[in-house]
Amino acid sequence: MKTIHVQYFAILREQRGLTQEKIATTAATAADFYAELRARHNFTLAPEHLRVAVNEEFAPWTTPLREGDSLVFIPPVAGG
Amino acid sequence: MFRLSAQPLDPAQLAHLLHDPRAGACVTFEGWVRNRNEGQAVQALDYEAYAPLAEREGERILAEVRAKLPVLEATCVHRVGSLALGDLAVWVGVTAEHRGAAFDACRMIIDEVKARVPIWKKEHYTSGTTAWINCATRGPAADLSSPPK
Repeated sequence: MKTIHVQYFAILREQRGLTQEKIATTAATAADFYAELRARHNFTLAPEHLRVAVNEEFAPWTTPLREGDSLVFIPPVAGG
Repeated sequence: MFRLSAQPLDPAQLAHLLHDPRAGACVTFEGWVRNRNEGQAVQALDYEAYAPLAEREGERILAEVRAKLPVLEATCVHRVGSLALGDLAVWVGVTAEHRGAAFDACRMIIDEVKARVPIWKKEHYTSGTTAWINCATRGPAADLSSPPK
């Protein structure tokens, strides 16, 4: 088990009903962790439509999770 | 400089930051909140950003453009928060010795910012519905519009 800090933005924030939380997980990678959260909270966005940031930097979905990591799942952006 | 602003943007003040006696060209771009999108009448917008990464990615875009084109200064400021029709949502300003690089750099910056920087836009329609732009996916479970109030 490791504890991961997650921040939610935009549609994920609304679907989760929270801006952030700490979660204890056995997920090995960022991809596994999103799959776990998606199943639990019925997130509509498939991982193909998201990017992931680990500790405030874009990272591959295959990034192994470490105790205390901060994750953000990034929905399709729409600035401008 | 790339930054996010929760306060209204003042183009004259921003352009003043670009003044440079070496510059022969200054190109600016203003993105405004428009009253229609994809056939729907828009009433207002909310912008939300993942600030630390948005600012880092924005700075990377400016550095990439500087590496490709002979610009003197390049700045972009993006609003976050609630915006009304006609509000200035994003401002880009570029100076260069000559106009070609200034036009090209300004276009490159706004295109890359829209494509890469973690900023999200929620549109509020006059019909009472809302939508997170670009977040719609196929299938009934993915109807992201909220019902009319």
